[in-house]
Amino acid sequence: MADVVDVAGQAGRFAVKVFQRARYIDMDKCIACGTCAEKCPRKVPDEYNSGLAKRKAAYVKFPQAVPLKYVIDKDHCIYFEKGKCRACEKFCPTNAVNFDEQDRELSLEVGSIVLALGSEHYNPETYDIYGYAASPNVVTGMEFERILSSGGPFEGHLVRPSDHQEPRRIAWIQCVGSRDPHHCGNGYCSSVCCMYAIKEAALAKEHAGPDLDAAIFFMDMRTPGKEFEKYYNRARDEKGVRFIRSRPHKVEPLPDSGNLMVHFTTAEGRVLQEEFDLVVLSIGLQTSPETVALAGRLDIELNSDRFAHTSPFRPVQTSRPGIFVCGAFQAPKDIPVSVMEASAAAAECGELLAAVRGSRVKQVVEPTERDISAEDPRIGVFVCNCGTNIGGVVAVPEVAAYARALPHVAFVEENLFTCSQDTQDKMKEMIREHNLNRIVVAACSPRTHEALFQQTIKEAGLNKYLFEMANIRNQDSWVHQSMPEAATQKAKDLVRMAVAKVGLQQPLAEFQLGVSKSALVVGGGIAGMEAALSLATRGYPATLLEKGSALGGHGLELHAAWDGQPVAPYLNDLIGRVQNHRDIEVLLNAEVEEVQGFVGNFRTTVQAGGKTREVAHGVAIIAVGGRSLEPEEYGRGQSDRIFVNLELDRAISRQDPLVAGARCAAFIQCVGSREPQRPYCSRVCCSHSIENALRLKALNPEMDVFILYRDIRTFGSRENLYRQARAQGVVFIQFSLESKPVVAVTDGGKLQITVQDPVLQHPLVIAPDILTLASAVVSHDTDPLAKQFKVPINAEGFFLEAHMKLRPVDFATDGVFVAGLAHYPKPIEECIAQAKAAASRAATVLARDSIMAGGVVALIHKELCCGCQACLQCCPFGAISYLEQESRCEVNQALCKGCGTCAATCPSEAISLLGFSHLQLYTQIDEALSA
Amino acid sequence: MDTPFEPRILAFLCNWCSYAGADLAGVSRFQYPPNIRVIRVMCSGTVSPHHVIRAFQKGADGVLVAGCHIGDCHYIKGNYMTLKRMDFLAGLIAFSGYQPERLRLEWISSAEGVKFAEVIREFTEKIRALGPAPGWAAVPLAVGA
Repeated sequence: MADVVDVAGQAGRFAVKVFQRARYIDMDKCIACGTCAEKCPRKVPDEYNSGLAKRKAAYVKFPQAVPLKYVIDKDHCIYFEKGKCRACEKFCPTNAVNFDEQDRELSLEVGSIVLALGSEHYNPETYDIYGYAASPNVVTGMEFERILSSGGPFEGHLVRPSDHQEPRRIAWIQCVGSRDPHHCGNGYCSSVCCMYAIKEAALAKEHAGPDLDAAIFFMDMRTPGKEFEKYYNRARDEKGVRFIRSRPHKVEPLPDSGNLMVHFTTAEGRVLQEEFDLVVLSIGLQTSPETVALAGRLDIELNSDRFAHTSPFRPVQTSRPGIFVCGAFQAPKDIPVSVMEASAAAAECGELLAAVRGSRVKQVVEPTERDISAEDPRIGVFVCNCGTNIGGVVAVPEVAAYARALPHVAFVEENLFTCSQDTQDKMKEMIREHNLNRIVVAACSPRTHEALFQQTIKEAGLNKYLFEMANIRNQDSWVHQSMPEAATQKAKDLVRMAVAKVGLQQPLAEFQLGVSKSALVVGGGIAGMEAALSLATRGYPATLLEKGSALGGHGLELHAAWDGQPVAPYLNDLIGRVQNHRDIEVLLNAEVEEVQGFVGNFRTTVQAGGKTREVAHGVAIIAVGGRSLEPEEYGRGQSDRIFVNLELDRAISRQDPLVAGARCAAFIQCVGSREPQRPYCSRVCCSHSIENALRLKALNPEMDVFILYRDIRTFGSRENLYRQARAQGVVFIQFSLESKPVVAVTDGGKLQITVQDPVLQHPLVIAPDILTLASAVVSHDTDPLAKQFKVPINAEGFFLEAHMKLRPVDFATDGVFVAGLAHYPKPIEECIAQAKAAASRAATVLARDSIMAGGVVALIHKELCCGCQACLQCCPFGAISYLEQESRCEVNQALCKGCGTCAATCPSEAISLLGFSHLQLYTQIDEALSA
Repeated sequence: MDTPFEPRILAFLCNWCSYAGADLAGVSRFQYPPNIRVIRVMCSGTVSPHHVIRAFQKGADGVLVAGCHIGDCHYIKGNYMTLKRMDFLAGLIAFSGYQPERLRLEWISSAEGVKFAEVIREFTEKIRALGPAPGWAAVPLAVGA
């Protein structure tokens, strides 16, 4: 609800003017009960559901909104239109509605700025050949997302908008508003639509069953992300999604049936039409006019595709120092890369502001904790009415009276709002006055309010774990509104369960572990060096291990970034800065021998230059890179005229006579990639070949250049290169895995390629002077390192992050991070962004003086442990170790995340999840069923 | 006079997805039968076969275990363990001559308030149709085992 009006000043000291619109709801008072929305008489199309459903003028944007606070939409509110109504104000139980609230202007003083402005969706009405405006059964990909969602307009039932009938045939049409400079001005590829269309098709099949006909019309299937190709293969081969290579020219709404006729031409030129019940347009991403205007106010440059201008070597730095960018405003992109860039932008801010880090931090004084070990349980129960949200259904006095009679209950009180400030104060007072040592609050959900009440009892001197909630609102009064008696009985049961559980609860200790404030970075390529440099710039020393005899890695072999900028000057500068930084120690000819310890406290034995030494470090970043596959097909090795792209880079640079004198050049794509034995896309090769094709054309415009490809995957603005290559006469010939080109080397050393031309439907023979194979990027032998750091790798040897989308540089094991080609093939700018992201995530550990451990964690009662190690196998966090000498297992509380899977696995119940012990669970079960 | 049979159903909900889904059902005011009692656990992987059997021994007519969808587990792979465990347990229950359909495993995300309410409605009616659970102790030994 706030906009940036103006930014003055410079990096390190910006003055930002912000305009904040009035919310008309007091955030401190709103309890998100939804009464305002319920009473509001005005219905408005719901933007969140793409207009397919209605919301009220008093609303939350979506149910999981953070903070979960309502807002009044001034533009649609009847009171603001006509001066009358105020129903929300009248019914709000906490008087949170405030129509007198004013818009306001704020001035902020900040050191750096991150632009995470996102994108808008292309509106297909702009150039409507697909009947979007004419038929309700032509929807956008985003609208289809909402249709599939259980929180969406049709509650997750897959029906079409016109008649709410289940469709039997759905078509997806790709590249609507992307790769189309003529009709919408968006010449670039939106990068995300192929994957979302496949996902939607696969989900639609899950919803409607395998008989649903799902067909995707596409030009090039672009699945160049990690594990994306496998997803594509599964959708096609296992789920039966049809993939049709064609750009439909028209969608015709049919009268009466509401169905749609899709008109398209196949690659071989046949004009066909097919009828569907629903058509989904895979709309692209674009920068909104508002964002363009903001960029103007901020004085940052945009590129020709209207995304923020950045350099491949500073991927999140805008044209204005101190202002950084991440996500879809940098370039159209998916979630994993967006999240990576977000952390990279945070790293840039951290580097810029290293000198003032912590200067505005306030120290919190922790209250002293009362020792209750000698006390019997004295439980206080607070039963909340939540205005009328609970009290209007559940007989709260009856529940309170019932609680009074429960064992160990020493105090019971009813509250209008237990969460209000005065009740919090009262709770502290009652804890002291009645010497309470455990608290139960029967109210809303622990997911929203547990932390608040825990803080309160902590301030009253109780350990915060001596607390339990009974959810008698969200899971009782709100869902049994017409059954007050049953709801009251349920409330009593829930209170009884909570009281019994908390009675068994002991204080849980949280303790601090020291942190070695330094990093070990494994791998001295671009990713490793950028990560080490980022940390060192922020004042955290790094030890950089390089297996080879020099820094630089794969980058040494690269000629240029995708936009043509030479790599060498950047790389030389980077190597120089790394070597000269006083906080970076470079160890060459070095390898990891053994890793001990855990987050904050690693001790790694390193073999460097023939000497063994131990490095103490708090975090580790794995950036061991990858390499180019040496092809074993297409005549490789039989002629010095057959290159791989890295060799061609060098050959062009040194004007090799074979290259300079060539009159015809050919490229073959996907050499070793997207094959059954290596089912992934190497992401960089399409752009690399096209860059080199353009360089060859620059060298000799008369040269015939052919690129033989399966799908051209020039995502984002790289699409401009593809278009440029076609404009300059580079010939692109598509082939399939089933009919790969055949390369022959004649006795005279001449090359001959035979390939089936899909347009001519005829074999084509090309006799190039040089042939370049776009070979796959493959992993090194990563298995030993993975075992040493106890982190996983995937089937292809790339390191496997904790979560594909949300934690792209973390491992499940705390304190270990990944960046660069070791994670997956990727171009330079993504390696740099990921390296900075890994450094950023690592800094979240190094910035702390200590790590808190304990709380809700697992504990092994050694006397019951038989040493079977079943727990060790099931722990995803490597938190359990086997003590050989004692033949027992042990949990490292610093690594334990408290899931309790080990506790449930242990055949002897020797493991307790503290706070959810077996005894507590059994007691809750017994109490639940005792009434 | 006999009171009509009201099923007693115990639900183990994981903190991150299914419990949040149940909360969302409340926020959205989706109504469902008041027959369930919820035990919040951090992960569906916290639920052991012992816990489920204890519930049946104490008179539960049905037990629901609900967690995050596969791939969405807050603890990465806790729900895989749940899947294996509950599958095994259903087999064990059947082997014991008890009714395995009284145990239900569901994946319910924090966004699926609708699904939560639907599952509770459906499961309650199914258990109602099955009638009161036979006492666990009274279950005869499997014949021929």
